[in-house]
Amino acid sequence: MQEFLASFANLESLARIYPLLLQGLQITLLLSLVTVPLAIALGLMIAVLYSFHVRFLNPLLIVYVDAFRAFPVLVLLVLIFYGLPFLGINLAAFPAAVLGIALNNSGYYGEIFRAGIETVPRGQREAARSTGLTAWQTAFSVVLPQAVHNVLAPLAGNTLELIKTTSIATVVALPELLRSARVAQESTYNPTPLTAAALIYFVLLWPLTRLVARLERKMVARQ
Amino acid sequence: MRGLGDTFFNLQVIEKYLPALLSGFRVTLALAGAVVTLGILLGLTLAMVRAFRFRVVNWLIVAFVDLFRTLPQLVVLVFAYFGLPYAGITISGFTAATLGLGLVLAAFAEEAFWAAITAIPRGQWEAARSTGLSFAQALGSVVMPQAVRIAIPLLTNRTIAITKGTALASVIAVPEILDKAQSAMSLSSNASPLIIGAGLYLAIFAPFVLFSRWLERRFGWII
Repeated sequence: MQEFLASFANLESLARIYPLLLQGLQITLLLSLVTVPLAIALGLMIAVLYSFHVRFLNPLLIVYVDAFRAFPVLVLLVLIFYGLPFLGINLAAFPAAVLGIALNNSGYYGEIFRAGIETVPRGQREAARSTGLTAWQTAFSVVLPQAVHNVLAPLAGNTLELIKTTSIATVVALPELLRSARVAQESTYNPTPLTAAALIYFVLLWPLTRLVARLERKMVARQ
Repeated sequence: MRGLGDTFFNLQVIEKYLPALLSGFRVTLALAGAVVTLGILLGLTLAMVRAFRFRVVNWLIVAFVDLFRTLPQLVVLVFAYFGLPYAGITISGFTAATLGLGLVLAAFAEEAFWAAITAIPRGQWEAARSTGLSFAQALGSVVMPQAVRIAIPLLTNRTIAITKGTALASVIAVPEILDKAQSAMSLSSNASPLIIGAGLYLAIFAPFVLFSRWLERRFGWII
């Protein structure tokens, strides 16, 4: 046990590498803060456009959503970071990660908002339009508030997944939390940085996990 | 335009690296199969054990679920592959990926099955027990058949999302599609292998995404 702790929870190693981990944590938080709103905005856009039921647009929107749902986000990131330079487009690691993760999640968010909008009865939309609201006003002030309420659980769940996904930016050498921990682990020949990073992720995200679980249980009970 | 074709769809390059990509395709399929089998079976077992409501056991199950729902998949994989050897446990990349992703899926599956079990009305239990069935029989023959049906739509998207995570195994040296595509890309200085790799992922996952759409329509669930 002593030996186990000395290797996996080595305080000396921790004291040496914690500034590196804190830097990594900052980048992870920044990446999440930029990507979550962007992905939500894109997803919302897709869902609202879908709700207008423009005949030729909707199949395209579904293809967009399904393509990103079927495509591993890591492959998308690799395509953006290593494939786009062949087109002469060179993105730094941070924007590449933002673009890859936001595009991938715009599909998920789009599908969630779309499903939420479908739960709102048609009459709501018709009533709103008949009071003189425009289509966009109806979408944003009448339909969406109800739609969002109905899909809170998957929305929160997807946001949790998105934040977890930021760890794949490791692959394009962005020094976020996981990458920093890997670098520290390799330079100290000790797995403590990995344990510490896992612990930081857990402490950071556990409240969100609990919230999602509660919302999901409520949703299942309702259905 | 010819230049683009040469860079992103170069038949010579594709012909040369296709065998490698196809071997990656087989590894991805095998890994995906192993992850889904381990994850769903373990999740189902844990949910059924939880139904017996042994306090200490349930506490452990909840801890397991929360841990693996909260940690990013890549963090789990990296820990299993780069961290465990310090404890004298060295496992292959394939085993680490199967275990890592399988445990994550098991955590989500347990939650879905458990939510479904608790959604079965009390009367079902009482009726089953009053006909003389034991608790285990009531669980196995009355409650679970209904619970599984409730859980399937809840689980489909999550299973697809986690199985797509097999691409993460490229980070721990599993010779799956992305790993093969990336090495072919750097050997040939050409983006075609990556495009073919992306196509192979779509070939695997697009049918499942379409299947989940069908389920959603069929059961009228928001997933």
